[in-house]
Amino acid sequence: MTEFEWNWATVWDVLPTLLGAFFQVTLVVTVVSTAIAAVLGLIIAMLRRSVPKPVDAVIKFAVDFIRMTPIVVQLLLVYYTFTNLSAMVCGIIVFGIHYSTYMAEVYRAGIDSVPAGQWEATTALSMSKGRTWRAVVIPQALRATVPALGNYAISMFKDTPFLIIIGLVELVNAGRIYGANTFNYTEPLTLVGIIFLAASYPTALLVGRLEKRLAFSY
Amino acid sequence: MTYFQELAEALPRIMNGVWVTLGLTLGGAALAMIIAVTLGLMARQPNTLIRGIARAIIEFFRGTSLVVQLLWLYFILPGLGINLNVIFVGVMALGLNYGAYSAEVVRGSINSVQSGQWEASTALSMSRVHRMRRIIFPQAWALMIPSLTNLLIHMLKGSAVVSFITIYDLTFRVDQLRLDTGTWFAYGLVGLGSYFIIAYILTLIMNMLEVRAKHRLGRGESLREMLSLKPARPSAETGVLP
Repeated sequence: MTEFEWNWATVWDVLPTLLGAFFQVTLVVTVVSTAIAAVLGLIIAMLRRSVPKPVDAVIKFAVDFIRMTPIVVQLLLVYYTFTNLSAMVCGIIVFGIHYSTYMAEVYRAGIDSVPAGQWEATTALSMSKGRTWRAVVIPQALRATVPALGNYAISMFKDTPFLIIIGLVELVNAGRIYGANTFNYTEPLTLVGIIFLAASYPTALLVGRLEKRLAFSY
Repeated sequence: MTYFQELAEALPRIMNGVWVTLGLTLGGAALAMIIAVTLGLMARQPNTLIRGIARAIIEFFRGTSLVVQLLWLYFILPGLGINLNVIFVGVMALGLNYGAYSAEVVRGSINSVQSGQWEASTALSMSRVHRMRRIIFPQAWALMIPSLTNLLIHMLKGSAVVSFITIYDLTFRVDQLRLDTGTWFAYGLVGLGSYFIIAYILTLIMNMLEVRAKHRLGRGESLREMLSLKPARPSAETGVLP
């Protein structure tokens, strides 16, 4: 039975490993997946408005299915089906797709909030479909979605430890491996928690302020 | 052996996993609800100390990830001399993490109950406890159910990670089949499908709770009316069907 002890030497020993994993894996996965989710979500939202009803029903079911099933099982499914993918690429793809289903809902709400008159006006001006989206609808719809994108980026960041299930050495797994090798989990896992808090809390405050500013200037 | 025979053979184990996952989710939800109401009420106290403590706990559990809390409880609690059943560790991690998220929902919903309701209950000189229990909370409850439903589904999905600390849940059972057989893709889909069905049923139950909560506030039809095949009652004001 080990005692609960806090050893500063261990802290300085493990910190570089943890920060390395944080910047090279956790942050990269979060940023790239957020970018994928942002683009893919918009494509899904636009597709759902453009296709006929039965096709839309199929897309809706697929989106609901991805959203209501665990990312952990999705990770396992993709990782062991496409064995040539590295854990990191697999993680980026799965996180990107999973969160795109959430983003699609945000965009949909944004697109729905564009007044019908705007659509009618583009028809009256005989604008092409592409131009209607690009020049009229998207600029108006996107503004309100920026804070939501930020919130989902934070929640994705907090979900990245799920990647432990396919053996990717991100922040939490790096701490766990250090603990397994030294039989000392206290410092590494506590530091992991502190790093998470230090990264996510200020970002959440920032997004909250952004939300207020964008809401007021409408 | 064909694929379906294999699946039929594995079914009892998968069902076992389903019960473990359901137990974790419902146990976590019960713990989360207790934590959420406690912290949610604390977070709207005028006393700075009480509010500060609640805020610190909420931000701590929201800010650090679920997996970090799970591993922390799993690896470090035994070092403190606390040896818990591994299932209980899972329930605790889920309950603490989602309890903190739900506390924000509880706090926000209580705050958005109309001020007239507060004033009226004060004017009737109700005690604070009475006012919360009979007037404010029932109205806040109807407001918070949709958000709580989302969080419940999140918790169900989050519970899939507990297989990492050797809990034999649905994910663990399905992943076992990957090791036993070569047809992983199909089993993966079976796993996803099972989670989807559970999530769907939980959502339906929560929707029923919402209908009931609204009916008790005098809004909307009762659950029995909604589920019955009889035509809806004409609404009282207009005499027309809604």
